[in-house]
Amino acid sequence: MTAQPRLVEVRSRILKENDVLARQLRERFQQAGVCVVSFVSSPGSGKTTFLEKLMAGLSARHRIAALVGDLATENDASRLGRACSQVRQITTGTICHLDAKMIAAAIEGWRLEELDFLFIENVGNLVCPSSYDLGEQMRVVLLSATEGEDKPLKYPTIFNTADVALITKMDLAAAAEFNLDEARRSILSVRPGMRILQVSAKTGEGIQETEAWVESLRAPQPKQHSDGYI
Amino acid sequence: MHELSIALSMMDRIREESVRHSGTVRSAHVRIGVLSGVDSEALRFAWEMARAGSELEEAELEIESVPLRVRCPVCGVTRTAEIQSIACPHCVTPEQDIVEGREMELTALEIDS
Ligand SMILES: Nc1nc2c(ncn2[C@@H]2O[C@H](COP(=O)(O)OP(=O)(O)O)[C@@H](O)[C@H]2O)c(=O)[nH]1
Ligand SMILES: [Mg+2]
Ligand SMILES: [Zn+2]
Repeated sequence: MTAQPRLVEVRSRILKENDVLARQLRERFQQAGVCVVSFVSSPGSGKTTFLEKLMAGLSARHRIAALVGDLATENDASRLGRACSQVRQITTGTICHLDAKMIAAAIEGWRLEELDFLFIENVGNLVCPSSYDLGEQMRVVLLSATEGEDKPLKYPTIFNTADVALITKMDLAAAAEFNLDEARRSILSVRPGMRILQVSAKTGEGIQETEAWVESLRAPQPKQHSDGYI
Repeated sequence: MHELSIALSMMDRIREESVRHSGTVRSAHVRIGVLSGVDSEALRFAWEMARAGSELEEAELEIESVPLRVRCPVCGVTRTAEIQSIACPHCVTPEQDIVEGREMELTALEIDS
């Protein structure tokens, strides 16, 4: 009964289920004409605060919904609820990232074709969210002026899988002796050609520019995110 | 750490693939790219937790790390690159096409029959 083990070749993506579901979501979003943008960063980099500002400006002209992932509380959802009509919290418990299944469950019952934008705030984490496609059209990574300029070098995968980088809390840059050139250099070395925007939710710096960029995403254009995932 | 979620997905894939073969799975071979977002050491640790007490308890994990390979869209050169310096050293084109390095796949199973 000691037969030689045999080697069976298989070829199966480990996150196949997530990838298939994310692709279906992306098609649904496209058909419904809703532009889906997700936001990732360390905890406290300013995702919720920035989204509040962004949505306050956009909501005059657009119909917006938001999903917020958090380990435990519903605080962020109530903050965002003041700036858009529909918001749902995804409480992930011990799981440190959102996945496509959570997104699909959270948008159940929503009439996507009545929306222009859906913003997704991922769980504050610079590692885990990078492996999971959510079906979004764009992934934005945030880096605040109070974090180290070399964060992109320490967490290259999340910067590489994102489409746009947002440097937040620019009002604190001087106090934190933040070196903008160095931060831009580290972002561009792990993701050459990446669009980088600088904002402050406090002073409003860069918010209008970001609004304009987000609105430009709704103009018909070739799919932008398909290169990011296998 | 999301490697436990990854390890559990891996078990699903192994079960899916092994139903067609009778016998005990002795090892599972995976390829993990440097840009997959998965840390090999953490995955090994998570695998120990995931397999304990399951029917895959005896399955060892064999990880092949896949380096980043990029292709320059301008000069056409394909080369291995460091994540921290992706731009083309020949023609300094910043954006490169990623050829390999995002893999996270099950490639083979060793089965006792
Ligand atoms: N000075 C300043 N503080 C900010 C800015 N954006 C966010 N904050 C503060 O940073 C902290 C974390 O922000 P929050 O939006 O909750 O971060 P999140 O965890 O990424 O959602 C809060 O105390 C915010 O008031 C900014 O542009 N300037
Ligand atoms: Mg938040
Ligand atoms: Zn080149």
